[in-house]
Amino acid sequence: MELDPVLLSRLQFAFVVSFHAIFPVFTIGLASYLAVLHGLFYKTRNPAWDRLAQLWTRVFAVAFGMGVVSGIVMSFQFGTNWSNFSQASANFIGPLLSYEVVTAFFLEAAFLGVLLFGRGRVPQGVHLFAAVMVALGTFISTFWILAANSWMHTPAGVELVEGTFRVTSWSEAIFNPSFPFRLAHMAMASFITGGFVVAGVSAWYLLIGRDVEANRKALSMCLWMLLVLTPTQALVGDFHGLNTFEHQPVKLSAMEGNWETRRGAPFLVFALPDQEAQQNRFEIGIPYAASLILTHELDGEIPGIVEAPPEEQPPVAIVFWAFRVMVGLGLLMIAVSLVGLYLRRGGRVYHSRPYLQTLRLMSVTPFVAVLAGWITTESGRAPWLVYGMMTHAEGVTPSLTGGMALFTLLGYVAVYGVIFYAGTYYLTRVIRYGMQPKDEEVVVDDFETPKRPWSATHTPFDDDPSREGA
Amino acid sequence: MEMFDLSLIWALIIGFGIMMYVLMDGFDLGLGILFPFAPDEDARDVMMNSVAPVWDGNETWLVLGGAGLLAAFPLVYSVFLPALYIGVFLMLAGLVFRGVAFELRFKSRRDRRGRRLWNLAFSGGSAVAAFAQGAVVGTYIQGFATENRVYVGGPFDWLTPFTVLTGIGIMIGYALLGTTWLILKSEGYIQRWAYRLTTPLLLAVLVIFAIISIWTPLVNDVVWERWFGHLHVIWVLPALTLLCMFTVYWASRRGYEVLPFIATLGTFLFTYLGLVVSKWPWIVPPNYTIWDAASAPESQLFLLIGVLFVLPFVLVYTFWSYWVFRGKVRAGEGYH
Repeated sequence: MELDPVLLSRLQFAFVVSFHAIFPVFTIGLASYLAVLHGLFYKTRNPAWDRLAQLWTRVFAVAFGMGVVSGIVMSFQFGTNWSNFSQASANFIGPLLSYEVVTAFFLEAAFLGVLLFGRGRVPQGVHLFAAVMVALGTFISTFWILAANSWMHTPAGVELVEGTFRVTSWSEAIFNPSFPFRLAHMAMASFITGGFVVAGVSAWYLLIGRDVEANRKALSMCLWMLLVLTPTQALVGDFHGLNTFEHQPVKLSAMEGNWETRRGAPFLVFALPDQEAQQNRFEIGIPYAASLILTHELDGEIPGIVEAPPEEQPPVAIVFWAFRVMVGLGLLMIAVSLVGLYLRRGGRVYHSRPYLQTLRLMSVTPFVAVLAGWITTESGRAPWLVYGMMTHAEGVTPSLTGGMALFTLLGYVAVYGVIFYAGTYYLTRVIRYGMQPKDEEVVVDDFETPKRPWSATHTPFDDDPSREGA
Repeated sequence: MEMFDLSLIWALIIGFGIMMYVLMDGFDLGLGILFPFAPDEDARDVMMNSVAPVWDGNETWLVLGGAGLLAAFPLVYSVFLPALYIGVFLMLAGLVFRGVAFELRFKSRRDRRGRRLWNLAFSGGSAVAAFAQGAVVGTYIQGFATENRVYVGGPFDWLTPFTVLTGIGIMIGYALLGTTWLILKSEGYIQRWAYRLTTPLLLAVLVIFAIISIWTPLVNDVVWERWFGHLHVIWVLPALTLLCMFTVYWASRRGYEVLPFIATLGTFLFTYLGLVVSKWPWIVPPNYTIWDAASAPESQLFLLIGVLFVLPFVLVYTFWSYWVFRGKVRAGEGYH
């Protein structure tokens, strides 16, 4: 079998990014939640907010640490596997990624330490300010990363001079056509992820009866937020879809599984796309729905995948199904939020064990939805690395062999497998230890301990909590 | 824009960043290399505690340097990384393991298997990362096979007897930084152990330094011309390096605590400057200078604004974290 360095490099990048993305998607939402909790405590002096803030700061610390560790690898992958792309696009991508790094460091240097370790040492107002700045910093990071990523989908503000992109307008390049939609969609995804994780964990604490007052507050907050955000996200996603329709019609056709250009296209709920035959082998659809959604007319024209020659088509089955996974989970999340609203009457939302169990299980869904959405958009771009301007094959490192790419792919899978196992294992322990039933705070004088993110937790890694207690 | 040579400014910034990285991550990687040989678990606690507050700040410079290279000198990025493909992977894997070990080792009970595994992750990761970095230096001296601004060599061109030597050289050099740092930060039997190691490590560094110094001009005409041409003033750099090495020897014999570390930093600094003057202005030897490798001036300028704003903060923060955690680290203090 011939090993294809392009495919293997894509798999490798997809793997590393997916692994990494899990953590920022969560911490971006969580950082804002922390800022809100600090603000509420500052305003009301209710200790419940403080207890929640402490617990979630610890979780934030661990997730943030995982994000940093897994992120180091990514910045080097551009060079190792995509050196032609790096060189061609460095004029634009380089400064953007650097600005992200610089923002992250600035944020960490100035405010993260205060947020994690400043409790009781700096005035409360300062602590609150640090929490807000950390939250803001995560958004600035997101801004740069998504500007770079969106530009690869809808390049603007550049010209190609002798194989190198030169920036003709920074504002056009940064605020490229798909950027606002991507940023909004992603930011909301982060809030929803944070919301479902906090809701799920709070539900679990309620199920075992820990710190009921505080966790009811947390659960209630999350459910209100999710009630607003999950339907809004569907709307934002729709706008994003229309933007994709305008700028990347082939990707959209693949999402719809629509091969031939036609009027009155149905929305396919189920289909088996067959790339070789250039058609679906089986389909179940809602008549006219796709045309209606995309053109707001029942017989609106939807371009087919065949508009692009076969070598410029994305892998239709992957795009089609990843999109459906994302949308399906999105609908599920909306449904769960609505059920929450219904159960509020009489406070059943805090007592219904099936609902609390459901919320517990739902904590994972936003992560899956985000990854599915990401696969949709990135696979849908294929074979373009920079849409319409540079293909994956043109961007890959010329000296890279399939064997080398496979070797490092397996290597990263092994490395991250170990790290992910250790990290999530530890994270669940932090949550288990998190809110002790008793109100006594374990006072640890950590003045002399290193001010590292994970030092913000005092949870041991390998003690047995059931036998040794706190 | 024409008033400033942006490429020169960026070369200085990145050169400074790399130097900061080598000096700072050097000693904490060195401690990782020495880790398996430490007298006992208490000593390992002290070693790790002495760098735990600062190590990730140290690695900041690596990431900053990497991102800065992509933005300012993309050619370096797109030639070095493919040429050193396997080495870069090993270095990153090493750093990742090490980073997680830093966090989780302290959370594991001493008598559990978890602790031993994190010890292994820390020392193994440090050793691999250090060797890979040394090999990068060696490869840089060796030069890269390029055509039309693209790397055209094989995956293992970087692995030669010369780069193995520079790899081992950096490992031993980092270990020396580690022992002198430990002299500064520890006391009692741990400090005595660090003192004992200093002289043999120093001797090993001296031998490798000598071999590399003789070997380099022989494998590289540009370097030969630089050192044996008209520019006699640069001989002050190896002279200062030797002076620093002697100071390390003398000061550690005399029982000084701060001076050996400072002098080891000096040894690295002057060796580094010696390397820079050897290759200047070739940034992708043997074909491309810093000006050939530069990105568009507007891109260099765009980022420069941000970096000049943030760099002072990073420096102040760095200084501050070292200041907060000054003084001796004792066993049993800190984490547990």
